[in-house]
Amino acid sequence: MPRINLNELDPSFKFRVAATRGGEGLQACYACKACTAACPIEKTVKRYDPRKIIRMALLGMTKELLESDFIWLCSSCYSCAEVCPQDVRFTDIIFAIKNLASQEACAPGGLVAQRGLLKDHGRLYEVSDFENEKRIKLGLPPIVEHPEDYNSLL
Amino acid sequence: MEALLYLGCTVPIRNLNYELSSRLIAKALGINFRDNEALGCCGFPLKSMDVMSTMVAAARNLAIAERDGLEVCALCNACAGTLTEVAHTLDHDDELRASVNEKLRTVGLEYKGPIRVRNFMRLLYEEVGLDRIRSAIKRPLEGVKLAPHYGCHYLKPSELNIGFDDPEIPTTLSSLIEATGAEVIHYPSLKDCCGGGVLGISEEVANSLARKKLEEVSASQAHALVLVCPFCNVMYEGQQKKIGKTSGLDLKVPVVYYPQVLGLALGMSSDELGFKLNRVKPSAMLKMVEG
Repeated sequence: MPRINLNELDPSFKFRVAATRGGEGLQACYACKACTAACPIEKTVKRYDPRKIIRMALLGMTKELLESDFIWLCSSCYSCAEVCPQDVRFTDIIFAIKNLASQEACAPGGLVAQRGLLKDHGRLYEVSDFENEKRIKLGLPPIVEHPEDYNSLL
Repeated sequence: MEALLYLGCTVPIRNLNYELSSRLIAKALGINFRDNEALGCCGFPLKSMDVMSTMVAAARNLAIAERDGLEVCALCNACAGTLTEVAHTLDHDDELRASVNEKLRTVGLEYKGPIRVRNFMRLLYEEVGLDRIRSAIKRPLEGVKLAPHYGCHYLKPSELNIGFDDPEIPTTLSSLIEATGAEVIHYPSLKDCCGGGVLGISEEVANSLARKKLEEVSASQAHALVLVCPFCNVMYEGQQKKIGKTSGLDLKVPVVYYPQVLGLALGMSSDELGFKLNRVKPSAMLKMVEG
């Protein structure tokens, strides 16, 4: 990553994250790096570093975070949240950052498509006759799609 | 006891062996599962895009359970985790509950709460209990060696599971396995995340997370890896062949669901328990049990 220019930072970003549901703990971080040590993703993808992501948010590297590909790599295992001595809850913070990125149309296509599936079917998988025939053959009740609620709620 | 069976999206389409065996053992152990076809997605898939959408989708299902006057029993760790978290959040935030209910009212629902949500293992552990499970065993799985996998949302975030199990040193699934007469295999990567949560974003990263456990269990004496979550199953069973191929490993780890294992010990047949649907057959285990 190129050297950051302090003049280009966005000091309001930390307040935006902290005001987003899940992001409340951001400013309590004292950078001990317990989250990073516990993170299984960071073991594989070094650029997904929870402590570093927190520092980037605190510094106001808005664009570098919201337009990055790595913020989407969290597996939501909650290991970071369990070990944090400050109750920062990084799992919830990364959800908040992803929510902000989504508001700026930065969400990966696959996630946007899932929302479409839920609106159309009320479920992540479309239930065809084939599936229900299989279920009935095994003595299981058929699955009925109820997209109407999801369509109006989402 | 009675509970509303929450199947979620994946189990009733892709993991019929889990559903079949869960329904069978619940019945045998006096848990009366009730169905409600109106239940839909828990909302977890929306959490990265909009936490409030997850909240509303989960609350819709909780409101349906409340209308039925039942507590919720979920088979999927992610569903159980999401519904538990949302119920907990709404029960402690009147303002938020009011704004979620404003939305729910448009579809004729309301969540007053509290509604209890437990995953199936917790229900077995707390409502049936190890003693009653042990005394119901008709065919102890002597000599069968099994490696447990709890899954992240079974244990974490820990404040949602207070009084149940310890995320640092989990024991409940191991005890449930031992109650069948089988032996629990201990292995270093017990608490590893399966990677399922990131599969939709990067298959490579997800597979790299699942690989270590498959390698370790493969090298151990375990007859099978025992799961309780369809998300973990996508990784350990669904992705296994691919992981083996890309990493040059000869992986043939049978992956089974705990209710299938318990069902065998309760005297049910592998056919009834849906073992035909397991991709890597636990042939050695089934031979030991059924001959």
